[in-house]
Amino acid sequence: MSEGKKPFIMVGERANVTGSPKFKRLIKEDKFEDALAICRTQVEKGAHIIDVNFDEGMLDGEACMTRFLNLIASEPDICRVPIMIDSSKWSVIEAGLKCVQGKCIVNSISLKGGEDEFRKQARLLMRYGAAVVVMAFDEKGQADSQEGKVAIAKRSYKILVEEVGMDPHDIIFDLNILTVATGMEEHNNYAVNFIEAVRDVKRECPGAMTSGGLSNISFSFRGNNPVREAMHAVFLHHAMEAGLDMAIVNPGLLMDYAEIDPKLKELVEDVILNRNDEATEKLITFAEQIKSGEAKLGAGTPEERIHEAMLKGMDTLRELFERATKEGNPEILEKFLEGGAGAVPEAQKKTDEVAEDDWRNGSVGERITHSLVKGITTHIEADTEEARQNFDRPLEVIEGPLMDGMKVVGELFGAGKMFLPQVVKSARVMKKAVAYLLPFMEDDKEDGASAGTFVIATVKGDVHDIGKNIVGVVLGCNGYKVIDLGVMCEVDKILEVAEKENADFIGMSGLITPSLDEMIKNVSEMEKRGMKTPVLLGGATTSKAHTAIKIAPHYSGPVAHVTDASLVTGVCGDLMNPKTKDAFIKQLEEEHEAARVRFAENNKKPEKILSLEDARSKAIALDFTSLPTPSQLGSEVFEKLPAREIVEYFDWTPFFMAWQMKGAFPKILSHKERGEEATKLYNDALRLLDDIIENDRVHVRAVLGIWPANRIGDDVEVYADESRAEVLETFRFLRRQKENSKGLCGSLCDFVAPKERGQADYMGAFCVTAGQEIEDYAAEFKKNGDDYTAIIIQALADRFAEATAEYCHKLVRDRWGYGAEEPFKFGDSLKVGKGESHANNDWMIGERYKGIRPAPGYPACPDHTEKGALWNLLDAEKATGVGLTTSYAMNPPASVSGLYFGHPDSKYVRVGRIGKDQVEDYATRKGMTVEEVEKWLAPNLGYQP
Amino acid sequence: MMALLPDSKPLSKSGQALEALIRERIVILDGAMGTMIQRHKLEEKDFRDDSLADVAGELKGNNDLLSITRPDIIGDIHRQYYQAGSDIVETNTFSGTTIAQADYKLEHRVRDINIESAKLAKRVAAEESEKQGRPLWVAGAMGPTNRTASLSPDVNRPEYRATSYDELKQAYYDQAEALVEGGVDILMPETVFDTLNLKAALHAIEDLFDTMDERLPVIVSLTITDQSGRTLSGQTPEAAWNSIRHAKPTCVGLNCALGADLMHPYLKELSDVADTFVHVYPNAGLPNPLSDTGYDETPEITGNAVATFASEGLVNLVGGCCGTTPPHIKAIAERMKEFESRKVPEAKKGLLLSGLEPMNFLV
Repeated sequence: MSEGKKPFIMVGERANVTGSPKFKRLIKEDKFEDALAICRTQVEKGAHIIDVNFDEGMLDGEACMTRFLNLIASEPDICRVPIMIDSSKWSVIEAGLKCVQGKCIVNSISLKGGEDEFRKQARLLMRYGAAVVVMAFDEKGQADSQEGKVAIAKRSYKILVEEVGMDPHDIIFDLNILTVATGMEEHNNYAVNFIEAVRDVKRECPGAMTSGGLSNISFSFRGNNPVREAMHAVFLHHAMEAGLDMAIVNPGLLMDYAEIDPKLKELVEDVILNRNDEATEKLITFAEQIKSGEAKLGAGTPEERIHEAMLKGMDTLRELFERATKEGNPEILEKFLEGGAGAVPEAQKKTDEVAEDDWRNGSVGERITHSLVKGITTHIEADTEEARQNFDRPLEVIEGPLMDGMKVVGELFGAGKMFLPQVVKSARVMKKAVAYLLPFMEDDKEDGASAGTFVIATVKGDVHDIGKNIVGVVLGCNGYKVIDLGVMCEVDKILEVAEKENADFIGMSGLITPSLDEMIKNVSEMEKRGMKTPVLLGGATTSKAHTAIKIAPHYSGPVAHVTDASLVTGVCGDLMNPKTKDAFIKQLEEEHEAARVRFAENNKKPEKILSLEDARSKAIALDFTSLPTPSQLGSEVFEKLPAREIVEYFDWTPFFMAWQMKGAFPKILSHKERGEEATKLYNDALRLLDDIIENDRVHVRAVLGIWPANRIGDDVEVYADESRAEVLETFRFLRRQKENSKGLCGSLCDFVAPKERGQADYMGAFCVTAGQEIEDYAAEFKKNGDDYTAIIIQALADRFAEATAEYCHKLVRDRWGYGAEEPFKFGDSLKVGKGESHANNDWMIGERYKGIRPAPGYPACPDHTEKGALWNLLDAEKATGVGLTTSYAMNPPASVSGLYFGHPDSKYVRVGRIGKDQVEDYATRKGMTVEEVEKWLAPNLGYQP
Repeated sequence: MMALLPDSKPLSKSGQALEALIRERIVILDGAMGTMIQRHKLEEKDFRDDSLADVAGELKGNNDLLSITRPDIIGDIHRQYYQAGSDIVETNTFSGTTIAQADYKLEHRVRDINIESAKLAKRVAAEESEKQGRPLWVAGAMGPTNRTASLSPDVNRPEYRATSYDELKQAYYDQAEALVEGGVDILMPETVFDTLNLKAALHAIEDLFDTMDERLPVIVSLTITDQSGRTLSGQTPEAAWNSIRHAKPTCVGLNCALGADLMHPYLKELSDVADTFVHVYPNAGLPNPLSDTGYDETPEITGNAVATFASEGLVNLVGGCCGTTPPHIKAIAERMKEFESRKVPEAKKGLLLSGLEPMNFLV
């Protein structure tokens, strides 16, 4: 590039899984090569540097970063420019640095984790030879004031330049661009704070550059690009004047300051520079007018603009006059005339209120679409009736305006502009409309032309169905006829219905590992019957790799793994369309083949698995002297625990995950994109929670106990009493056969004192459930077509179960004598108001207490069949009503069970891959055949059985 | 306690003396090692001693082993270069990494190879220094390895890599550590065709300095593989310089691949931007299988070509690569007396980044 005047540096922001839904989708679908196109476009559009970010909970950031940067390295049109390696995880940054030959920028480090960590990271960056973005964060958090930003920058600069010896030119300060015009007064000066901080930092930290993430500034106007672009241009103009060197931007979307509409520019400058108190209000009003087409943008001559303004003023007057006349309320007009300019905002507000209902004036089709998109049920029956009058047959209403509206919903969802809770609400509206039309269709026997028939079920032995229900709703929204066979579905039933209904697809869902085996059995049965119907698989333990390696080879029809509900219609659409079907199947097979090749390659260099004998010699050796004695032994049943108290132990984050809204609670409520919908969902959930508790819809039950116990080999015996003579039950544990970072091969049994030492020790067990009542309550809503409410209730039931497990664990720790050291005592108030920060129970959710409660089927004790012993010991079915399926899934599904280990050093050991010697040993201990053990522990086998 | 600033550790005495000499005059490197070895028409038995008797497969061609099995030949080559006028000779360790020696299953001999090669060169340097009455230096040669961290060897799997940064860093660390133990004055990663390999080498060298009381001078030599003017991994000389200037090498330059005349524009580019000493050691022209040495240029031709660089003030150190011999070095050394050592330019001030191409934001 030229060496003239330094240009303003534009860093392309789009290759970021948190900022670009498209990029995220491609990465999640494993289409890394396609994702490269996003980088290429940005370089073509003038980005000087490409930012790359994989910070998303469900992704393996290091692996993604390595693979993507390696791919970039083979694309000369992209890698001719420098890379910005962007992650909040140091390990991901380091993985990236190991792949790039050019001099790159690391985004970012900060004083957030203290000076020592900061120095260490900076020194390493100098070894790798990278420039670095330093965020205006310190141990206390993010700086939003001018003084705060400058103080952190100066402190960081001093450490980097004077202590670490970094070249000041390699330092770039990101001074936190924060959102303005949020309606919160304290946010109004955010842009000014940033701009002034830039000025100070350029003076105080010579040589260093300044930067920021531009799109943050205008988040409050998302959905209104003309206003956002103007805000970006105005903000950059002033920030650059103050010395801003760089910004992270969407390079295709930068407007020239000189070309902004003058009226808009003035309003935007008022907001950015915080020039008056009404600035935000005025810009919002104007933004609405632009959106509705009421105000037009475009710089004309001053005369033209005055003329336009006058016309507009006349229009407003006329409108007010008409309303005053129509409503027989001359006050409106009088107020305007009397108050003059001062009353305009108020009058305008009234017009806006009218505008809110404006959509009612549209055509019936437009109204139906509006209701579907916004999830409004109020008018849907009337509108459906009106539409019915316009058509010959009721079916045409469904295929016409209703499906048109749902298509818009589908598109918006596909484009990431609607979130799952909204889509499920749309479905509620749709179902209501269809229900209204049904009686008219009695005579009209003709079947509707659906997009396709989809038979869906949770497989035999499994009872988890939230995800399956969501997929059903999404498909229903997209015109598919969905036949939901519920949970614990035998293969015969699935296939019988599929054949009878001539299904186009069969969907199978499962959450626990044994369900994977069921899926293999099911497709094998289909193969036997000579079926070719496409099969779609989903659920927590399913994966693309497993589908490719273990399931697809058993079936000659297509088998597709679908990672989440938003992708299912795409897969079905491709398979239904004769034009795309063959290509899709071919691609699917290629992907499966690639996964199989990868797997085979990995298998070539087998993991080093120690012999069981070796592993046992590396057991975790603990000190068992001076352990406390529990104050109460034996089991206790709790028929009905206080629901209100349980709610205080809720961890809400997984609730949002169930709705495919990822992000930690309560931060998700203020998330820049999902926050608004998350808040709505949260409020709906809180309302339902009140209803559930007030009307006694949930009966939380538990059984738990602590018993004398000792370890023998890798087994733990549980005794009837302190004489330790009568064995009530023996639990069999598995041991790691790979050394952990400390060179140990742990097993849960290591946390119980060995019998030969004669040291008295204890182990506990529990089973808790949200109960059948709340399941039934959810089912009622589902039956009435309100999937939205049904899914919320199911997700809340899961929260109840998890929270009860925490609640009971606290009780047990207190009884065991460990709880006393904790910051809170059982029964202490952890009360938090609705929507407030739940900082108080962080200690609990972060599981920072001593002792663990591992559950069979999870990595510490992966054998689901150990629940059999647990159920015997607790008499759990009788005590709580929770049964076990053939796959050892708990039913009702909102239940949690597990063991308690009290030793303060107990940890969740991950068993991982085990060798044949341990499988054989375990089979002998369990009284099972080796084949049986291999079946139950299939995911843990470190060899090919 | 570890020193805080990278510069706060002193440069070794011999390093300081070298820098002073480079400022005073153009300093002379040696010429080809491989070309000189070829003349001896060695056979398999020359590459073996008792300790290598049982190694399976052919060892012939693994020239680094000769420091152990035929120190007489290697020592003599070093001596000839010092006598021809070289101030610095490179150790016979071009393939002395675990990665390169893996081809011969001799990873376990890497330490010996480097220590013995370094000791051998140092011994000759001490003898010649005494005889000639001037200081002489030994640079520990660190070849590029035969793998590349930025490119996939499999066109169908562009994300695949045959090696990794961590693997390279460890291999270079092991080599540098043994070279230092054997007594080299300088560390010299050379014939670099992939800057990511080089970054791993420099990282390893800095990590090694952490364990020492002083730093050694580091000379870094890139190879422009063809007339596109880029390294094999696609970077222009300035882009590569931006990638490595953080390590503050004593000298950076080009060697191998092209003949001197074809290197001119790229050497100029590097000389213009590098705020450190610059070297060149070209091949004796392009390869010619019919020629005796495998290369065409006579000592006079190479001497003239290098003199052109010196006359334009582009270089501080010069020498020869493939096909050059003691007479070439003698010719070069003679010609260099006519010219002054290049003046090191001021560093560019600004954010100096790179992809395949440089991206400089000057303040």
